[in-house]
Amino acid sequence: MGAGGGNDIQWCFSQVKGAVDDDVAEGEGGSSTENKIQSHSRGEYNVYSTFQSHEPEFDYLKSLEIEEKINKIRWLPQKNAAQFLLSTNDKTIKLWKISERDKRPEGYNLKEEDGRPMDLMVEASPRRIFANAHTYHINSISINSDYETYLSADDLRINLWHLEITDRSFNIVDIKPANMEELTEVITAAEFHPNSCNTFVYSSSKGTIRLCDMRASALCDRHSKLFEEPEDPSNRSFFSEIISSISDVKFSHSGRYMMTRDYLSVKIWDLNMENRPVETYQFDWVFYLYSVVMTGSYNNFFRMFDRNTKRDITLEASRENNKPRTVLKPRKVCASGKRKKDEISVDSLDFNKKILHTAWHPKENIIAVATTNNLYIFQDK
Amino acid sequence: MFARGLKRKYGDQEERVEGFGTVPSYSLQWQSLLDMSLVKLQLCHMLVEPNLCCSVLIANTVRQMQEEMSRDGVWHGMAPQNVERAPIDRLVSIEILCRTARGAEGEHPTPELEDGTLQSSASELSIVSSPQGQRNPQSSLWEMDNPQEKRGSFQKSLDQIFETLENKSPSSVEELFSELDSSYCDLDMVLTGMMSGTKPRLCNGLESFVAAAPPPSSTCKSDLAEKV
Repeated sequence: MGAGGGNDIQWCFSQVKGAVDDDVAEGEGGSSTENKIQSHSRGEYNVYSTFQSHEPEFDYLKSLEIEEKINKIRWLPQKNAAQFLLSTNDKTIKLWKISERDKRPEGYNLKEEDGRPMDLMVEASPRRIFANAHTYHINSISINSDYETYLSADDLRINLWHLEITDRSFNIVDIKPANMEELTEVITAAEFHPNSCNTFVYSSSKGTIRLCDMRASALCDRHSKLFEEPEDPSNRSFFSEIISSISDVKFSHSGRYMMTRDYLSVKIWDLNMENRPVETYQFDWVFYLYSVVMTGSYNNFFRMFDRNTKRDITLEASRENNKPRTVLKPRKVCASGKRKKDEISVDSLDFNKKILHTAWHPKENIIAVATTNNLYIFQDK
Repeated sequence: MFARGLKRKYGDQEERVEGFGTVPSYSLQWQSLLDMSLVKLQLCHMLVEPNLCCSVLIANTVRQMQEEMSRDGVWHGMAPQNVERAPIDRLVSIEILCRTARGAEGEHPTPELEDGTLQSSASELSIVSSPQGQRNPQSSLWEMDNPQEKRGSFQKSLDQIFETLENKSPSSVEELFSELDSSYCDLDMVLTGMMSGTKPRLCNGLESFVAAAPPPSSTCKSDLAEKV
């Protein structure tokens, strides 16, 4: 799983970047990469580079605009001084190279006190554009462990690309029915296995996860494994269909487990057991999606589960009362009935404020949480 | 539609369940959900690029409800006086709908058809299409310059949806898909209602629908050049 768990962590506010007003509707299509720690204080992040990845496009045939909004970003493993990342909007994937260059004339080797080269210039250049392979909206990209290929998934199809080749991709999953009237299920997320370069999984709106082996056949319409938890008939409601849809799936580092997120729970699956998850973390009020060990929600709350102590904590990403090193106060939501002091009633949650993306630093207890217009960094005290 | 968990007053069809507050009757919930789903499906329909996942989930839910209705064959508690009520009163909050599933003990009352046909439900469904029903103050979708035109289009398309639903066959909902193209709105919009002002795309789509008013099927039926 992601870094985290283990000893009790006290999360405290580190920094926030972005608009002061979270209510401002977003409109930028740019993508800022805030990933490198600039020397000075421990864990403080500063903007490293900002560049526009995609521009809006107009599809004349369908007479509609393709938004420049980025759906996914994936970093490639670093092989040399430069960094590479894949970014995608609804229809087009781009490979970007991000490199540092000294602005000063060659021959000098001046550095600042902390070892940074002076006059650092960061360049982002598009290296590949992978276009015209998706009829529907791209929801996932995942880089293979061979570091040569990657997959891209839309609602009904998954394509396999070679990073060097832009004019063709291989369709490896196609769940589009011959007759669209028979459509009852769409692909919601897909990911390559971290170690086995022939294996990938994809999740569906019906709450299933399919594991596929590309060696089995060219078109992986038949899954090798199907992970699905049978529905508990006593829990059946009007919304059973909708809340079972899986919004995200992630492998553990070892590849032995995977984690899925549906509307009301996060489930950990053992790849050797298809009929039910090994762990389930339930939420008692409606949530929204997208993360590994922590998960985002409404009202700018996010929630973290400690898999060892089985305890969970709800925190809020907010500019209010938060200075660096302020320990975050756990938030509590009460569903109904008497509200205790400091609790928030579920009725006063702001469903316009959602945390859609979270990420954990690969090595340290530092987390990034994205609200509508702000990026928050929190770290262990 | 339901921002911030606002509680709505629901009609007299509610039962008091010990410890869980008031719980509307199963039929009221069923009807509300059906109305809501139809409206949302229709809204998806009107977008230039509807969210396929959204549409699939809602359509599956509606299909399920249809099957339940035709399987059980009976519908409980559909009083004729429902016809008078504006739909806005019958759209209960999501929380109420979820509450029954979680909290109520015992089984749901079996739904019964008043007069053995879908007529009563159809007549109630048609209420949703009335201009009154669309004036949902919370629905930011109706933040438009010219509500008159939009209402007309909405009415027309809703009728199309109702037609397909009236003919009881299980495949009727599928027909809705034959004209869907692909794009996105949040799943949030399905379950928490349309957000105010944050989805300019939505308004654009609706404006273009009215302005150009091409039949939905004209451009969307087949896939474009699918290069693999």
